[in-house]
Amino acid sequence: MNPFRKLDGLVAPMDRANVDTDAIIPKQFLKSIKRSGFGPNLFDEWRYLDVGQPGQDCSTRPKNPDFVLNQQRYQGAQVLLARDNFGCGSSREHAPWALEDFGFRVILAPSFADIFYNNCFKNGLLPIKLPASEMDALFAQAAETVGYRLTVDLETKTITRPDGKVIPFDVDAFRRECLLNGWDDIGLTLRHADKIREFEARRRIDQPWLFA
Amino acid sequence: MQAQTLYEKLWSSHVVHVEDDGTALIYIDRHLVHEVTSPQAFEGLKLAGRKPWRVNSIVATADHNTPTDHWEMGIQDPVSRQQVETLDSNIREVGALAYFPFKDERQGIVHVIGPENGATLPGMTVVCGDSHTSTHGAFACLAHGIGTSEVEHVMATQCLLQKKSKTMLVRVDGVLGAGVTAKDVVLAIIGRIGTAGGTGYAIEFGGSAIRSLTMEGRMTVCNMAIEAGARAGLVAVDEQTIAYLKDRPFSPRGEVWDRAVEYWRTLHSDDGAHFDAVVALDAAQIKPQVTWGTSPEMVAPIDGIVPDPALEKDPVKREGMERALQYMGLTPRTPIKNVAIDKVFIGSCTNSRIEDLRAAAHVARGRRKADSVKQVLVVPGSGLVKRQAEAEGLDKIFIAAGFEWREPGCSMCLAMNADRLEPGERCASTSNRNFEGRQGAGGRTHLVSPAMAAAAAIAGHFADVRELA
Repeated sequence: MNPFRKLDGLVAPMDRANVDTDAIIPKQFLKSIKRSGFGPNLFDEWRYLDVGQPGQDCSTRPKNPDFVLNQQRYQGAQVLLARDNFGCGSSREHAPWALEDFGFRVILAPSFADIFYNNCFKNGLLPIKLPASEMDALFAQAAETVGYRLTVDLETKTITRPDGKVIPFDVDAFRRECLLNGWDDIGLTLRHADKIREFEARRRIDQPWLFA
Repeated sequence: MQAQTLYEKLWSSHVVHVEDDGTALIYIDRHLVHEVTSPQAFEGLKLAGRKPWRVNSIVATADHNTPTDHWEMGIQDPVSRQQVETLDSNIREVGALAYFPFKDERQGIVHVIGPENGATLPGMTVVCGDSHTSTHGAFACLAHGIGTSEVEHVMATQCLLQKKSKTMLVRVDGVLGAGVTAKDVVLAIIGRIGTAGGTGYAIEFGGSAIRSLTMEGRMTVCNMAIEAGARAGLVAVDEQTIAYLKDRPFSPRGEVWDRAVEYWRTLHSDDGAHFDAVVALDAAQIKPQVTWGTSPEMVAPIDGIVPDPALEKDPVKREGMERALQYMGLTPRTPIKNVAIDKVFIGSCTNSRIEDLRAAAHVARGRRKADSVKQVLVVPGSGLVKRQAEAEGLDKIFIAAGFEWREPGCSMCLAMNADRLEPGERCASTSNRNFEGRQGAGGRTHLVSPAMAAAAAIAGHFADVRELA
């Protein structure tokens, strides 16, 4: 996993609540057995005017000019502003894979769905919960200023706006440590292999029916 | 000892290790695997040269991509076929406690086959790379959906990194009216607390109306806990739970069964246990529900109307409603009963079990689908459900009513196979998500119970199943 420390990135707004993972990456693209290549199909049904198929060359497809991420000013965006309950629905990790593959590294929202939030951290993507009032201000500023950027610093747990205002944010210490270092969860967990074996051995005796 | 909630009992009995910030390693007893969210996990495992920690925790099946007709022709879509074949070869290589491949008589939707085979048992932690894993909480399991990286993590370590959830009790007391089902109860709950109402919580469903539900009904309720934002739903063990599990293929037997049952009887919240939130609903007030929008919280009773966004004060919500009504092609204040449908889907991990099919057949018996309804799909949740339904003659009732009786699988709940809506088509569906494009690009989904889906098929528009004699 790519470590995440500090980013100064272009901001794009996704101004709607309850954006679900079916919208982030529609089901037909879940047939892939790979982890990469989902970026061109991010928000496929909103982004293109035709119905996308897996394996298709997306560069020649008709784009929806009204869709926010198709606007020239947001090309190359790395920070996504979102609304409540972003990433709800299906547990598909293809959603963070698609966001990351598209170029996003940070998502700011008042709230996230649990499974999506969790999946982001496994993929070098930083989801940050901010109060709705802070989000409203960011949406307003991003709309006003072409080329609006934010500096997101995971080490200091702060977001710095172009006007100098610093917004602190919270993230679990363990997740932060993993993301800062790009650590592989499995490797970390296997440091506790003895404890797992011990737990399992006890369980085998107490609840043998679980080991049939 | 302090009174504990069911969630706390399940949590504390699985903690292997806790980090300083409270992130815990919890032990996983059952790992359900399907073809869509596992290939990258198997590949990651292989690339890292790791072996699964405990192969016997794995129960696998192919369900999302499998066709529901013409099984003799195999899987026509080459991309779908490759995904299913990848699961075949991964399981062949790695092993499993049980694998129910495409065409196996016990193949079916992963959340149907777990319980019906006794592979889901009370007190277990159950995970699957699928958000509807919350279904298994009906058996007092701590069960939730995980992403593919976590699938790989569980395979490699038999553990999951988790933070403890907050606890919510949703109490539904009283007696449900005739024609009002588990699906209506859970849609009413989501309508009340919203699709993010349960975020960060494990929801325990309790109260006399929940206790009166069958295990199938409880699974329907827990299945949609995730639609309320909660990763896990729970129902305490009672005699019904135990009776359901007796003599299932993977249920314990003999003296071990007795020991297990003794333990299972402790799996309930203690009197006086503290919940972080409590929500109460009166069962008698719940009517058959129909969703009108593109989020499960956008729901109304059958005798209600499509709401008017102009009356909503919150601007983000108002825009969401306007967008939803535009997508759904609905006008504010239209009576729900006046909304005509094109297709009906009866199936999915929410509502494809024998009791669901019986409820739909009860409505369909001696009637015929409206001519204006293009297709009514009935997709049993598993091969065993299908066989049971056929033994009861339900298939004949459906066919006589002009419904199509299909092979088991996820089918048109998410349309990864050939069963799908065309753009603009409107569907009465017993599935769990009415998101834009969920059942096919441009398709319009209304979530209902199996009885209400059958009633809509007969009437050609939404109809109150309570008024059908």
